Amino acid sequence: MRVPAVKTAAGYFAGLLFGVGLAISGMTDPARVLGFLDVAGAWDPTLMFVLGGAVGTTFVGYRVVFARGTPLFGTHFQLPSKQELDAKLLGGAALFGVGWGLSGYCPGPAIASIGGATLPLLALLAAMVLGWFIAQRLSR
Amino acid sequence: MNETANGLASLQGLMGGVLIGLSAVWLMGALGRIAGISGIIGGLMTQRPRGDSAWRMAFLAGLVSGPLLVMAAGGGLGNVAGVPGAVIGEPAGGVPLMLLAGLLVGVGTGLGSGCTSGHGVCGLARLAPRSIAATVTFLVAAIATVYVVRHVMGGGA
Repeated sequence: MRVPAVKTAAGYFAGLLFGVGLAISGMTDPARVLGFLDVAGAWDPTLMFVLGGAVGTTFVGYRVVFARGTPLFGTHFQLPSKQELDAKLLGGAALFGVGWGLSGYCPGPAIASIGGATLPLLALLAAMVLGWFIAQRLSR
Repeated sequence: MNETANGLASLQGLMGGVLIGLSAVWLMGALGRIAGISGIIGGLMTQRPRGDSAWRMAFLAGLVSGPLLVMAAGGGLGNVAGVPGAVIGEPAGGVPLMLLAGLLVGVGTGLGSGCTSGHGVCGLARLAPRSIAATVTFLVAAIATVYVVRHVMGGGA
C-alpha cells in the first residue's frame, strides 16, 4: 500500500505550525518554562498565555472538526478511549513533572530546539529516547 | 524586566499558543490524530500498521524546522527571556542533570501516555478526565521540583 503524499505533507504542516508556535511563544527557552514553574521566585507568566491560547483554540477547533464527522485524509478520528485514573498514568505524570522541573524541557520544545543543539540538550534527547524504550518495556 | 517587555512576552506567548492550537486542530481535522509529541514519537518505536510512520516522521521534521523558519524570517520574533529576538534558549544545566531529566521525561511521558501537548493541550481541550488529572499532576510535580532546586537546595538550575 502506498502512503498518499498528502498525508505526509499534512503531518509536516502540523509539525511546522507547532514548531513556529513554540518558537514565537518562547517555549524553546527553558528559562521561560522554569520561570513559570518558579512560583516562589520572579514568576514568568508566559507559559500560562501559551497554554491558554493553545487550549482555547483547540477547544473551539476540535468542535468544528468533530462536527464534520471524518478527517479530511482518514477514515475516523483516533481518540483515546481509556477513562480510569490509574497509578501508571499519575505515577508517569509525576516522574515527567520532576524531569520537566529539573530541565525546563518537555518533549516538544526539546525536539524543536535541535536547530540550536548544545551538548546538554543532546544528552537530554538521548536519555528521553532511552526512557521511552524503558517505558514500553515496563508497559508490556 | 520592565512591564512593556513582560506584556510583549505574554502577547507572543498567546500568539504562539494559538498557532500550537491550530496545529492540533489541523492534525485532527486532516489525519484524525492527537497532536501529542510523546505519542507521535512513541508510535515510531512500536510495531504499527504499514503507512503509519511517514506522517509521524514528517511531523517531527516540521517541528524541528519551525524554529529555524522563525530564525530565517528575522524580525526578532523569538521570545527567549532576557535575549531580545533570540529563538532558542540555552539549557539550564550540564550533561549529568540533562541525562537525569531526559530519562525522567521519557519514562514518565511513556508510562503516563502523554506530555504537555497530548494531555496539556489536546486532552484539556477534550475535557478528558485522564488528561486533566495528568496535567495537574505533572504541573504540581514540576512546580515542587523547581521550588526544591531553587529555594530549598539553592541550586542554579
